[in-house]
Amino acid sequence: MTAADRAPRTRIDTPGRRALRQLLKNKPAVISAWLLIALVLVAIFAPQLAPQHYAAGELSANFAKPSARFPLGADFLGRDLLSRLVYGTRISLSVAVLGAFFAFAIGLVYGVVSGYFGGRLDNAMMRVVDILYAFPGLLFIILLMVAFKTGFGGGTIENPVIREIGRFDAKLGGVFLIIVGISLTSWVGMARLTRGMALSLRHSEFITAAKALGASDRRVIGRHLVPAVVGPLLVQVTLSIPSFIATEAFLSFIGIGATPPTPSWGTMIAEGFSSMRSHPHLAIYPGLALALVMLAFNFLGDGLRDALDPHSR
Amino acid sequence: MVTIAIRRILALFPVLFVISIVTFLLMHSVPGSPFATEDKPLPPQIKANLDAYYGLDRPLVTQYLSYMGNVLRGDLGPSYLQRNRTVNDIIRQHLPPSAVLGMLALGVALALGVPIGVLSAVKQNTALDYLGMFVAIAGVSVPAMTLGPLLIWGFALELGWLPVARWGTWQQAVLPSITLGLGSAAILARLTRASMLQTIHQDFIRTARSKGLSEQRVITKHALRNALVPVITVIGPLFAALVTGSMVVEQIFAIPGLGRYFVDSVASRDYPVIMGTTLLYAVVLVLSNLVVDLSYNLIDPRMRLEDSA
Repeated sequence: MTAADRAPRTRIDTPGRRALRQLLKNKPAVISAWLLIALVLVAIFAPQLAPQHYAAGELSANFAKPSARFPLGADFLGRDLLSRLVYGTRISLSVAVLGAFFAFAIGLVYGVVSGYFGGRLDNAMMRVVDILYAFPGLLFIILLMVAFKTGFGGGTIENPVIREIGRFDAKLGGVFLIIVGISLTSWVGMARLTRGMALSLRHSEFITAAKALGASDRRVIGRHLVPAVVGPLLVQVTLSIPSFIATEAFLSFIGIGATPPTPSWGTMIAEGFSSMRSHPHLAIYPGLALALVMLAFNFLGDGLRDALDPHSR
Repeated sequence: MVTIAIRRILALFPVLFVISIVTFLLMHSVPGSPFATEDKPLPPQIKANLDAYYGLDRPLVTQYLSYMGNVLRGDLGPSYLQRNRTVNDIIRQHLPPSAVLGMLALGVALALGVPIGVLSAVKQNTALDYLGMFVAIAGVSVPAMTLGPLLIWGFALELGWLPVARWGTWQQAVLPSITLGLGSAAILARLTRASMLQTIHQDFIRTARSKGLSEQRVITKHALRNALVPVITVIGPLFAALVTGSMVVEQIFAIPGLGRYFVDSVASRDYPVIMGTTLLYAVVLVLSNLVVDLSYNLIDPRMRLEDSA
C-alpha cells in the first residue's frame, strides 16, 4: 500500500462512475437488476422457500386446482407447480451465470491475445474462429447432447470417458452438458468482438505511450487494453444471456436437456403442454417465468449499453 | 466484386467440411445401436447383419468417405428407422411446410418490425419511441415456448377463433406464423430504427428538407430507401434462421415440418436423417451469411469502394 492509496479519496468522475449513474437513471434496467437479485436469492434459498420438494408428488392429487396446499395447482404427477417453478430458477440462472462467465472469459483472453499480437498468430486464431462461427451453434449443442447423454434407449456406452461424463451430467440433473455446450459455442462471437476492438486499439496513442514507457506486454494488456475492451464485451455478454436461457429451455423442452424430475422450465412447459386443453396454466406459468428472466436480462443489457455508449440512444 | 464472391464461396468449403466431420463423429459416438430399443436388445447375429447391410461395420474413415461421396452426388442415404424411405424423400416431404411457415413468419416480421422501427426513429425520444422499443425488447424476450401456449390458450381455447394445431388451412397457419415471427419482428424493429436514425442525420436529408419537401416525402422517398439497406440484407439470414429454427413452433402446433422430424430423429438416433438435416441446415445458414455480404456490395455502391481501398 502506498501513501496515495491511504489518502482520503476525492470523488473523481471516472468513466465507470459516470456509466453507473447513467445506468441508475434507466428505470427498466434498475427494476430488472433488482428482479434478478431477488431471483438469485430465490434460487439460493429454494429449499427454504419452496413449500415442497420438486420431485415430491402425490398421484392422487394430480392436476389439483390451486389451493392452500398447492398455491398454483399441481402437475400431472401431483407435484406442486410453485415449488417446481422455484427450483427451476436454479437451472435457468446457473445456465445464465456460468454460460456468461465462460463466454466472457474465453472470449476476452482469446480475442485480446489474437488482436494484440496480430500477424500470423492472429491469422491462425481467426481462421479457427471463422470456421466455428459458421457452425450452427444450436445444431452442435443438440448433437453434443445426443452423443453424451445416456438413457436414450438402447445400448450401453463402451467408451469409459464418455460414460463417466454422462454419469456426472446425470448427477447434476443434465445441466452440466448444457453449460458445456453453451460455453463451447458462445465464446466465438465474443472473441471476434474483442479481437476487433483490440486490433483497433493496438496502435492507439495510449497503448503506444505505455509501451514507450517500457511497460511489458503483460502490463499493457492487463492495465490498458483489457479495461478498454471490457465494457462493450460485458454488454454483449449480458445481451446473449437470454439466448443461453432459451437454449437450455429449448433442449429441455424437446427432451434432451435437463433430466426428469429436475424441474427445468422448458421441461415443465413440455409436460404442461400435453394437458393444454384442460389445464393451460401448467404450460403458461413456467413460460411466463422464462420470459420474465429473459426480459430482465435484455433490459439490463440494453441499459448497460446505453450507459457505456451514450451514442447509441 | 466477382473475385470477392469467388473467394467467399471457396471459403465455404472448409467450413462445410468441418461441419460434416464433426457431425459424423458425434453421431457415431452416440451410445447404442439405431436398431435396438431399450427393452428389446437385438440378437448379436441380427445386429451384425444389419450393421453389415448398412456398412456400419466398416472403419469410420471408409464410412465417412463413402457417405460424403454419395452426398456430393445428391444422395443422402436411407433412413435407418423408416426402412422404405430415403433421407431425400423425408426432406422433400417435410421441408415444404417448414419453408412455408418460415415465409409467413418473415412476412409477419416485416409487416410489424419495419413500421415500428420507422415510427420509433421519426419520433425519436418521444413516448411513442420508448413504447416501440419497449415492445421490441419484450418481443425478443418472449420465446416461442411461452408465446405459443399463450396464443393457443387465448385465441384457440378461450375465444375459439382459430384452430389449436395442425397444418393445412390458412386458419391453422395464423398462430404459428405469429409465434415464429414475433421475435424477428422485434429484431427488425430495432435494426430499422437504428439505421433510420443514422440516415436521418445525413447531409442529403438536410438538403431534401431545405428544398422545401414535405416531411412525409423526405421520410418515405429519401430516408427510408437508404435506411432499408441493412434491413434488406438481413432478410436472407433471417429467413434461413426462421426455416431452420422452427423446431419448437412445429412441435407445439403439430406441424409436419422438417424441424419436428429432426427432433424426432435425434431421439431415435436415425444417423442418416440427422446427418442429412444438419448438413442441409448448415448449408442454408452458411449460404445466407454469404448472401448478406454480397448483397451489401450490390445494393450499396459505397461498400464496393471500401473493398477496393
